[in-house]
Amino acid sequence: MKTLTHLDRLEAESIHILREVAASMQNPVMMYSIGKDSSVLLHLARKAFYPGPIPFPLLHVDTTWKFREMIAFRDALKDDPQTDLLVHINQEGVEQGIGPFTHGSSLHTDVMKTQGLKQALDKYKFDAAIGGARRDEEKSRAKERIFSFRSAQHRWDPKNQRPELWSLYNTRIKPGESVRVFPISNWTELDIWQYIYQENIDIVPLYFAAERPVVERDGILVLVDDDRLPLEPGEEPMMKQVRFRTLGCYPLTGAVESSASTITEIIEEMLRTTTSEREGRAIDKDAPASMEMKKQEGYF
Amino acid sequence: MDGYAAPQFADIETYLDSQLKKSLLRFITCGSVDDGKSTLIGRLLYESKMIFDDQLASLKNESKKFGTQGEEIDFALLVDGLAAEREQGITIDVAYRFFSTDRRKFIVADTPGHEQYTRNMATGASTADLAIVMIDARKGVLTQTRRHSFIVSLLGIRHVVLCINKMDLVDYDQATYDRILAEYRDFAADFGFESIQAIPVSALAGDNVVSNSDRTPWYDGPPLMEYLDTVEIASDDAGKAFRMPVQWVNRPNLDFRGFAGQIVSGSVKAGDAVRALPSGKSSKVSRVVAMGGDLDEGVEGQSVTLTLEDEIDVSRGDVLCADKQPAEVSDQFQATMLWMSDSAMLPGRSYVIKMGARECQMQVTEEKYRIDVNTRAHEAGKTLKLNEIGVVNIALDREVAFDPYEDNRRMGGFIVIDRMTNETVGLGLINFALRRASNIHRQAMDVSKELRASMKGQKPVILWFTGLSGAGKSTVANIVEKRLAAMGKHTYTLDGDNVRHGLNNDLGFTDADRVENIRRVGEVSKLMVDAGLIVLVSFISPFRAERRIVRQMVEEGEFWEVFVDASLEAAESRDVKGLYKKARAGEIKNFTGIDSPYEPPQAPEIHLETDRLDPEAAADLVIERLDAAGLLGG
Repeated sequence: MKTLTHLDRLEAESIHILREVAASMQNPVMMYSIGKDSSVLLHLARKAFYPGPIPFPLLHVDTTWKFREMIAFRDALKDDPQTDLLVHINQEGVEQGIGPFTHGSSLHTDVMKTQGLKQALDKYKFDAAIGGARRDEEKSRAKERIFSFRSAQHRWDPKNQRPELWSLYNTRIKPGESVRVFPISNWTELDIWQYIYQENIDIVPLYFAAERPVVERDGILVLVDDDRLPLEPGEEPMMKQVRFRTLGCYPLTGAVESSASTITEIIEEMLRTTTSEREGRAIDKDAPASMEMKKQEGYF
Repeated sequence: MDGYAAPQFADIETYLDSQLKKSLLRFITCGSVDDGKSTLIGRLLYESKMIFDDQLASLKNESKKFGTQGEEIDFALLVDGLAAEREQGITIDVAYRFFSTDRRKFIVADTPGHEQYTRNMATGASTADLAIVMIDARKGVLTQTRRHSFIVSLLGIRHVVLCINKMDLVDYDQATYDRILAEYRDFAADFGFESIQAIPVSALAGDNVVSNSDRTPWYDGPPLMEYLDTVEIASDDAGKAFRMPVQWVNRPNLDFRGFAGQIVSGSVKAGDAVRALPSGKSSKVSRVVAMGGDLDEGVEGQSVTLTLEDEIDVSRGDVLCADKQPAEVSDQFQATMLWMSDSAMLPGRSYVIKMGARECQMQVTEEKYRIDVNTRAHEAGKTLKLNEIGVVNIALDREVAFDPYEDNRRMGGFIVIDRMTNETVGLGLINFALRRASNIHRQAMDVSKELRASMKGQKPVILWFTGLSGAGKSTVANIVEKRLAAMGKHTYTLDGDNVRHGLNNDLGFTDADRVENIRRVGEVSKLMVDAGLIVLVSFISPFRAERRIVRQMVEEGEFWEVFVDASLEAAESRDVKGLYKKARAGEIKNFTGIDSPYEPPQAPEIHLETDRLDPEAAADLVIERLDAAGLLGG
C-alpha cells in the first residue's frame, strides 16, 4: 500500500481545511497576494474542488505599489474559467496620495493593505478570508489557529483563541463576525518550494535570478521597478543578478543577489542560506511585536 | 552531531528525492510552568540549525530586554510569540514549531503549563503522536505533570518522553533522576502508554539534547534528538476499516456527483463496496478522482473525491465506510468530556457538537462521575467546571456514525460548542453507544419536558394575551411569534376565534361554555408546554378566575399573563371587526366591555399599554422580557 510522505500529508490537511471553509461558511474568499504561497494555495484549491470550479472568489488587495511583473501574473488569471478574481484598491488612500516614500512604510501598509483589506471584506460581506500565512514565518503566526476568529471590527484576540482539536474546526460565527483561515499553517518555506517543484506550479518570474536594475538603501537592494522610485542625489541604478525570496510592495521588498534561475537552484540556495525569508521585509522590524499588533488591528 | 539539518548532498535532485521520503512526526511538549518547555524547543531549533542569523540577532536583542538568562540567549523567547507571553515570561497559548533531521520532519506543539490554559494544552495534544513531558529535577512530579499526563493519555497519545530537566541544578545527580522516574512510572502505570523513555537533560546547557553528555556518565540511553529521530510510532489507522466523513458533495454539472473528504482510516479502490452511514445504503466506488488523473487507491490521510455506481443519497456529515466493516450508528453515547469554558457544563442544556463533518445538537442527559486528575478517583457531580474531566451520557438530536475513540481518534472525538456564544467549550471522546447496533431495543430514556425544551434551545411558556376585543392581542402575538421564529424558537399560537372554529365549535357564549372554552384551551396549552413549545394564546378571557385556572394547570413560571391594555374608547374606535358597533346596536349580547365586564389582571407578568406603544414596540418589550428571564436559552 502507498505510504504518504510529509508533503502528501500536508497537502491532504490543506485540502481538508479548504473544503471545510467552502462547506460551512456562507461567503468565503481566498486572499490572493500573487506570491509563491498564494500560488500553492490556489493549486491546492483547484485540487480540492476538482473537477468543479473553485467555489469562492480570489481577492487581491492592490496597494498600487506591487511589482509590475506581479500584476501581469495576476491579470493572467482573469482568463481562467476556474477562478473568479476580484481586485480591491483603497481609493481613499489613492486620493490622499498615500505611498511608501511620502508617508513611510508603516502608514502605507496600514492604509493600503490593512484598511484596504477591511474595506473589501466589509464591501463584499465575506465571512471567511482564506490566507496563505504559515506558522514558521513569524512568532505570533506560530500561535495562531487554523480557523482564526475575528470580531465584527476584524480584531484578533490572541489571548482568547478557541481551542482547536483534531481536525474539527469550529466554524460558527455571529452576523458581522468573520474568520481568517490558514490552510498552509503547518507548511515551512522548504515545504512550499518542494511542493512547487513536485507539482510544477507556476510562480512569478521575480523569484528567479535575472539582471535587474537596483539601488542599495539601508543595506536593502531595492528594485527600480518604475519611475516612482525617487533617486537620492548621486544614486544610480545598477544592474545586478538578483531575485526575491518574498514579494510585496516593491519599495519595501529587498532583493538578494543570486544566480538561482530554476526551482532546484532556489532550493539549493535556500538550504545554504543563513537568513530568514522575512528579513527583506521592512514591516517586521519596527518593534518586536509589530506583526502581532498589526494582526490585532486586522492585518492578515 | 552538528550535521542535523545542514544539507549533505551530492546533487540537488538526489537531495530532493531523499527529502520527499521523510516521514512526519508531530509531538507536544508539556509539563508545569517553568519546567523549561519553551527553552527546550528553542534549543532543539537552535541545535538543528533552524534559526536564521537575523532571527538570532533579534533574539539576542530581546534576551537583554525580556530574558531571564542575564547575558545568555534566552531560547524561550524564540517560541513565546505573543507580547504578553514575553513580558510575563510564561506560555499562554500553544505555539507550533518546525524542524527536520535527515530522517524526519517534526511539528512541535509547545503547550502552556498554567492550569488556566489547559484547553490550549489539549489543543496541542489532540494532533500529536508523542508527548515530551518535562519535569524540573528540583521539583519532581507536580500536579500539572499529572494533569498533563492524564490528558495526554486520554487523548490517545501512546508514547511519552520524560525529560527530567534542569539536571545542572541538581549536580547531575542520578539518585534524583531515579527517584523521579520511579514516581512517574508508578503514577502512569495504567495510562496505557506503550513506551516511556526517560532522559536526563539540561535544556539550558544542552546536556543530552543532541549528544550524550559527559556529565551524566550513568545515563546509557539515547540523547533526545536521536530518540525523536528513531522512535517507532506505529499508526495502524492505515490497516483499519475504510472510513471517510463526507465534507463536500461535488456537483459541477449533471454528469458528475463526487463525494469529497479525507480518509481517516483504511483505504479504498474503484470497485470496493461501501456503505453510507447513518442511512445504511450501499454502493460501489466507481472512481477515485484526483486532478491529474484518477488514483488506483486512496489511503488513510489522503483527501480524495469518490464517485459511486449508484445514485444513493449521501450528504455532508455522512460517513462512507467499508461495506463489510461499517461504523456503528447511534444517537446516545457514553463519553468522556474535558470542559474548557468558564461557564460550567449543565446537564439538560442544549449544545452543538461537531464530529467528523457533522454538526448536531447534543445534551448531557446524566453525569456518571467526575474524575479527580490527581488521584483519578471518581467523584459524584452534576456539572463540569473549567478544566474538569467527567464521564457522561449524552443524547443527540439525530443518529450519527462513529467508532469508539480508542479504536479511531477521528471517528470518536468531538467538540462541544455553546449555542449562544459559539465558543468551543468542551471536547469529548466516545466510549460506547448506549444503544448497541446489535440491540434493536432502544435504551429507555426519560424524554422529559426539560429534555424536549432544551433540544429546542428554549424554556416552554404560555404567553396568555388578555384584553378587550380590538386591544391588539392578536396583532402583538403575531409579531412576537414572527420574532421568535426568526430566532429559531419553536412556537405555536392559539387564537380565540380559530379555536372556536374547530376544537371548540360545540361551545357557545354562556358562562359555562366560556369556562369550558378556557379549560380546553388551557389543557391544549399545557400539552404544548410539555412538548417544549412557547405557546401564544390570544384570548379576551375577561375573568380573573378563568385565567387563574390555566395558571394553576402548569408549573410556576410557565404561565405569563400579558395584559394588552387599551382603553375602551381606543379599542372601540379601532373596531376592526365591526363588533362594537353591533354590540352597541344590541345585535351581540354579553359583549365584553359593553354589557359584560372585563376584569383587568392585578399583577400581569407583562403590561402592554397599547394606547402608548405601537404593536412593534409592544412585541419588542415581550421579547426583551422573555430573554431577560432566560427563557430563550443562553
